[in-house]
Amino acid sequence: MATNVEAQITGSVWKIEKAAGEAISEGDVIMILESMKMEIPVEAPLGGRLAEICVSEGQSVDEGAVLAVIE
Amino acid sequence: MIRACRALGIEAVAVYSEADATAPHVREADAAFGIGPPPARDSYLNVAVLLRAMKESGADAVHPGYGFLSENAAFAEAVCDAGAVFVGPPPPAIRAMGDKAAARRRMLEAGVPVTPGTGLLGDVEEAVVAAGALGYPVMIKASAGGGGIGMLPCEDEAQLRRGFASAASRARSSFGDGSLYLERLVHGARHIEIQIAADAHGGVIHLFERECSIQRRHQKVLEEAPAPNLRLEVRDAMGEAAVRAARAIHYQNVGTLEFLLAPSGEFYFMEMNTRLQVEHPVTEWTTGIDLVQLQLRLAAGEPLGLAQADVKQRGHAVELRLYAEDPAKNFLPSPGEITRLVWPSGPDLRVDAGVENGSKVPPFYDPLLAKLIARGDTREAAIARAREALGALVIEGVKTNAALLARVLDDPAFRRGELSTSYLSRLLQRKPG
Repeated sequence: MATNVEAQITGSVWKIEKAAGEAISEGDVIMILESMKMEIPVEAPLGGRLAEICVSEGQSVDEGAVLAVIE
Repeated sequence: MIRACRALGIEAVAVYSEADATAPHVREADAAFGIGPPPARDSYLNVAVLLRAMKESGADAVHPGYGFLSENAAFAEAVCDAGAVFVGPPPPAIRAMGDKAAARRRMLEAGVPVTPGTGLLGDVEEAVVAAGALGYPVMIKASAGGGGIGMLPCEDEAQLRRGFASAASRARSSFGDGSLYLERLVHGARHIEIQIAADAHGGVIHLFERECSIQRRHQKVLEEAPAPNLRLEVRDAMGEAAVRAARAIHYQNVGTLEFLLAPSGEFYFMEMNTRLQVEHPVTEWTTGIDLVQLQLRLAAGEPLGLAQADVKQRGHAVELRLYAEDPAKNFLPSPGEITRLVWPSGPDLRVDAGVENGSKVPPFYDPLLAKLIARGDTREAAIARAREALGALVIEGVKTNAALLARVLDDPAFRRGELSTSYLSRLLQRKPG
């Protein structure tokens, strides 16, 4: 079962903290978004393996965009 | 700012990024220059492009506003080197206050009280020893910091050890400088600041205080003047300290000294904002002095034309900051399109807004949408006017903190003037209603 991690806000990708293939636990910060001068950490909703990072640093993202996939 | 220019017979040139091409200020100005793509580093922080707009427009002076490069000494220097006037203090004065640790030393030398604290710290072990001597709780601060970034309160050694490295790395990534120092954390303190103005001829005055304790993430939400329940002798001592501070760094133009006021009545210098403050309207409405016009006059080399005794505080003013954010989700920003908007209007009310009906609120900049400023003969009257204005405000399409502002205005503790910098977090811990 794959779970999509979505952006909860429109903004840009400031920093990616994890790499595809890594094992992650629930609550781990996968990446940090930036919106309106605020850093917004994107946390893993569940533990598993990070199958894919779908964005790159500096990229603009809309609310609801898929940022990463956890298996 | 455009209106202040007009009042003095000066033409105003606006600059805008692609995200702000349809913003109200672009239409209101006499001319407007596009300066690039939405991200601030490509437009509003791009000195070369700004200087080109300045030259092409033939502008004689640059007003840096209150964000972006307004406290950047290198930008101020670049403007001066290009033969124009920077509407603000001389670059060395900006520099003197920009390095927070050095500023504390300068203030101590000038006889301005500062919070007990340390110099720059080499590593976490040095911090632990210094904190032991200082006494907990302490606050980690970034020397190059501002806007609350890199600040971390620590109740004990364990928290200090855990937080030190991450505070340093945040300071490094945000300001390019990871130097940290510690200050003793003063419990129950209020944030009160003094507005000063200084000319190029040695004249320095203060324009009284603003109460700014109501904050979230170390950013202000509601400000007022005068500060409620502030003893006159404390206020006067703060005013005198602010003038001493400005003299010590040969300051010119308008600026603000931020102080922490402890429940004991002792106050400590925190930092100086070497620019116009967001909350300047509450001072304008209680002193009758237009601070932007004053800035322009001072930048042109005019004398203050006012002695301290000429500045009087009359009535009361309250400013509400309307942010595009969701207080229920820990103040998560809420960019989007404003689908419906009705500003309140009427006497004793001023709305300084950057948006209008149909505006897109971009994710690139600060979430401040507008400032609602209300005044009255008394604090009660000003609060009542502000509350009435909030009731008449209609804004849809983005989430805002309007309901939270109403809750503050309705709160009996706020009405009694029982304020501290932890006021808002305490209010949020209580159930609404």
